[in-house]
Amino acid sequence: MTSTLIVYLIAIPLFSSALLLLAGRKANKWGHLLGTLASASSFGLGGYLFTQMLSQPSEERAMTQKLFSWISVGSFKVDASLLLDQLSICFVLLITGVGTLIHIYSISYMSHDLDRRRFFAYLNLFIAAMLLLVLGDSYLNLYVGWEGVGLASYLLIGFWNQKPTYATAAKKAFVMNRVGDLGLSLAIMITFASMGTTTFAGIKEAAPQASSATLTAIGIMLLLAAAGKSAQFPLQAWLGDAMAGPTPVSALIHAATMVTAGVYLITRSNFIFDASPTAQLLVVIVGAITLLFGAVIGTAKDDIKKALAASTMSQIGYMILAAGLGPVGYAFAIMHLLTHGFFKASMFLGAGSVMHGMNDEVNMRKYGALRKFMPITFITFGLGYLAIIGIPPFAGFYSKDKIIETALSAGGAKGILLGSAALLGAALTAFYMTRVMILTFTGEKRWDEDAHPHESPILMWLPMAILAIGSVASGFLFTRGDALVHWLEPVVAPGEHGEHHELLPPIVVSIIALVMVGIGISIAVIMYVRRPVEGVAPESVSRLTRFVRKDLQQDYVNEAIFMRPGQAITAALGTIDKNVIDGAVNGVAAMAVGSGASLRKTQTGYVRSYSALILIGATAIILGIWVITL
Amino acid sequence: MTINWISITAILPLLGALALATLSKGAELRAKQIAFATTIITAGSAIAMAVQFQRDNTDLQFVEIRSWIPSFGINYAVGIDGIALVLILMSVILAPIVILAGWNEAQGGRWSVKTFYILILILETMIIGVFSATDVFLFYVIFEAMLVPVYFLIGGYGTGERSAAAVKFLLYSLFGGLLMLASIIALYVMSGAQGEHTFDLKALSQLEMSSTTQNFLFLGFFIAFAIKAPLWPFHTWLPDAAQSATPGTSVLLLGVLDKVGTFGMIRYCLTLFPEASKTFTPAIIVLAVISIIYGAILAIGQKDLKRLIAFTSISHFGFITMGIFAMTSQSQSGATLYMFNHGFSTAALFIVGGWMISRRGSSTISDFGGLQRVTPVMAWCFFLAGMSSLALPGLSSFVSEFLVLVGTYTRYPVAAIIATIGIILAALYILIPVQRALHGPTTPGNENLTDLNLREKLAIAPVLTAIIALGFYPAPLLNVINPAAQHVNSQLGFTDPVPTVEGR
Repeated sequence: MTSTLIVYLIAIPLFSSALLLLAGRKANKWGHLLGTLASASSFGLGGYLFTQMLSQPSEERAMTQKLFSWISVGSFKVDASLLLDQLSICFVLLITGVGTLIHIYSISYMSHDLDRRRFFAYLNLFIAAMLLLVLGDSYLNLYVGWEGVGLASYLLIGFWNQKPTYATAAKKAFVMNRVGDLGLSLAIMITFASMGTTTFAGIKEAAPQASSATLTAIGIMLLLAAAGKSAQFPLQAWLGDAMAGPTPVSALIHAATMVTAGVYLITRSNFIFDASPTAQLLVVIVGAITLLFGAVIGTAKDDIKKALAASTMSQIGYMILAAGLGPVGYAFAIMHLLTHGFFKASMFLGAGSVMHGMNDEVNMRKYGALRKFMPITFITFGLGYLAIIGIPPFAGFYSKDKIIETALSAGGAKGILLGSAALLGAALTAFYMTRVMILTFTGEKRWDEDAHPHESPILMWLPMAILAIGSVASGFLFTRGDALVHWLEPVVAPGEHGEHHELLPPIVVSIIALVMVGIGISIAVIMYVRRPVEGVAPESVSRLTRFVRKDLQQDYVNEAIFMRPGQAITAALGTIDKNVIDGAVNGVAAMAVGSGASLRKTQTGYVRSYSALILIGATAIILGIWVITL
Repeated sequence: MTINWISITAILPLLGALALATLSKGAELRAKQIAFATTIITAGSAIAMAVQFQRDNTDLQFVEIRSWIPSFGINYAVGIDGIALVLILMSVILAPIVILAGWNEAQGGRWSVKTFYILILILETMIIGVFSATDVFLFYVIFEAMLVPVYFLIGGYGTGERSAAAVKFLLYSLFGGLLMLASIIALYVMSGAQGEHTFDLKALSQLEMSSTTQNFLFLGFFIAFAIKAPLWPFHTWLPDAAQSATPGTSVLLLGVLDKVGTFGMIRYCLTLFPEASKTFTPAIIVLAVISIIYGAILAIGQKDLKRLIAFTSISHFGFITMGIFAMTSQSQSGATLYMFNHGFSTAALFIVGGWMISRRGSSTISDFGGLQRVTPVMAWCFFLAGMSSLALPGLSSFVSEFLVLVGTYTRYPVAAIIATIGIILAALYILIPVQRALHGPTTPGNENLTDLNLREKLAIAPVLTAIIALGFYPAPLLNVINPAAQHVNSQLGFTDPVPTVEGR
């Protein structure tokens, strides 16, 4: 089926963004309204297209729209072409739906900011780029959206870049994302070289004939890309710092949508991963490591936004894990992605609401007892909390339970290991989220003197309330009659049910999971309700706690392995360029001209070292020639 | 009646220069106006020529041959293919932009404002000539003569150690030129021995040579072009020249003149010495990959904004050279498109960077800080130029960089993989100066900088528009480049590697 409407999903927010940026100060009065309207229009159009899809039989729901021939050189032909299928519509509705709510919230949240218009321009740019990411019909189209959201994320993390640490956080996010983009670039090169195409449909058709080494290489490169965008191990370190951006940005980009793009990429590339067990194994390993890594970091964070960011990293770990399990897992990965979109956005907006009432304080040790002063925020945040820790019948229960169950059923030691990791993660999640709830909403006041907490205005709490409803009901709706699984089947598991080694009956898994959650909650209650909470983080703590507070030394590792050696290389090459390469040139020139005996003397002194260096250089080049002609 | 479009377009700037010469010394504004109008008319003429260009015809077009020095078989012979056309278009479009952007940059030079524009216009004539010459002697003469106006533009109007930089540029280039001259003389002698003495490119390409002779003559040309381009390790003149030259001169030098090097590799090295080209390809690819990484790493470490941009160019020229010698459809078309796009993104960086520098009175990056608050429009322009330099998808430079990479990968995967690391380094060399200069609190000395005025906005708008528009829709350029680039490859007997699995 073709449709001429898909492009407007992207075009509307894109033009709105351009208009807001170019119009300048004149648009300050109405910029936020236009931005919100643009996002809402895309949502409306997405809803209309969704009803159109519903009216079709399941095999004929995918719609395409070819716009124009973008790049065509020899056999490298890439069209600007869009694909709206059962998978992309889930994202379209999530991006524009949650996006619109967050636009509305931001009208109030950013009302005192001088640059509110620019903020809405960036938000619109993000919506457009993210929609392109999920609607492109080839990896190259996806790439444009992929870096587009990276740009929007950079601009929004650094929205208050007058503050140097915020500017650094933005740069860090961009650079680490580019490491992931290296993977995406190479994946595209390999698919083109081996299969002569970059479209999803073309690769799906050609993949069965490709060698397993090729497919594994593509899979690993796509995983690298996913790790960069979705803050998965070992490219996770940027996400915590990204909390420098205004809180609505953290909710939309760094929780609900952009950071889940890696899950989309892997699910979309199911035809690659299903054919490469090695790549799949790496995916589940990365997912399992990250879900624990993030959860552990979350246990020691006092900054409410950073605690939620660590949680995001961990929850996406669950999704990646599910996606790595193949056809049985994709639908659950997407389901958790959608429910997470609701409950995490709801909690981030709640955090923003708390900060709004507390003079932008983010340290939870300075909160306490806010339940009485911000009842709506407490309720919406609380519903998100119940959803994320997986209490039935809230959304996270359905989606996370399915992932744990599927992981346990992966078979053999792998199943037991992955399932245990997922269960342990559930306990940790319950602990750190309960800690957040207790520190923020209950107990004694530990406020700064000038804090006067108050409930946020309706423009802020209404989006929170709507998202909270999603946190309550979405899991039930998605699993009723396996609705989402059947909906996605044509894309991710056509006529396939995969291996299923049921280790334990589902009800037993659910009970174990709930016991783990109970343990997590109990420990948090013992630590933070029974004992008084200190206003400053205690200094005399164990080494382990210090290690966790330092994010398991992730920055130290990156600095030791990449940054400092990189700086050393940069400095060394600078010296070599000046003294050796340019020096040789000047020396040769001086000798040729024969100007000045003293000059000649100093230069001839270097002749031996130059000769040695030239020899080394020549050897290196010959070695290089050998390598590239392999 | 046929119209000699190339000669007409080339002579227009020269006429403008003559008109300038008649002006009295004080008429600075009039000099600028005449120079600007001349470049606009020249651009119009080139565009009119482009409209008539038959893009699927791989023969040279608008050919014109006149006997020049008959006793040596030297002709005034010109003609263009798609590659030359694109480069000429880039040059003539950038010329008026450079003049408008640097409206006041000739003031304070060693000589008069008038002389500055005479030099620029003479240079423009030579640029059109050098891209369209089909007589090797004519090419050589212009190739060397071009050094003269550039020498005076750097030495007479630059800043800092401008004389030293100008001399270094001149000596370096002359050295390369001499090697090329030796090769040209050898070709000429051989043509006499095998028939008739000639400098005609096509006739010379059919000479029979032993492979040893080919190799030596190839190197003569290649080193000259590698210095011009510049390729590692022949690059050290460029940062000095860029640091000392005015921004406008830098745009012409790095954005336009250096393309003569990469253009020459395609037009002369590949055409005249196909066998030697194949022999040296692996070595050249290695040098290109080194340039990409080395240029990028050095750019990261630069403290001076102009030197930083120069080193990014060394990295970019590595990509272009790699694309040329990988000799696949994608890499070859990508390389020419890269030359065009690099012209625009480097122009944007130097022009906006130049405005920042002249306002602040310093080109040291750490002297800037927090410009985004003080001069938002200028900061945005610089940021966008930077995004173009790091090849953000959606901007024109992405299309060319990706074509080079994907095309190279199909033949030299290891080289392409190493070169792809360049995209991470590019993020660093752009975002580090962006953060230092634009972000953070506004530091002392920057509080009173003024934002772009109308003239400056008019100058930069077309550059940024082209960068965005051609990123979304590169077809107008690719349609012209593709036939010519494929012709180059097929002449050398190269066909694209075939995918191992046939997809759709």
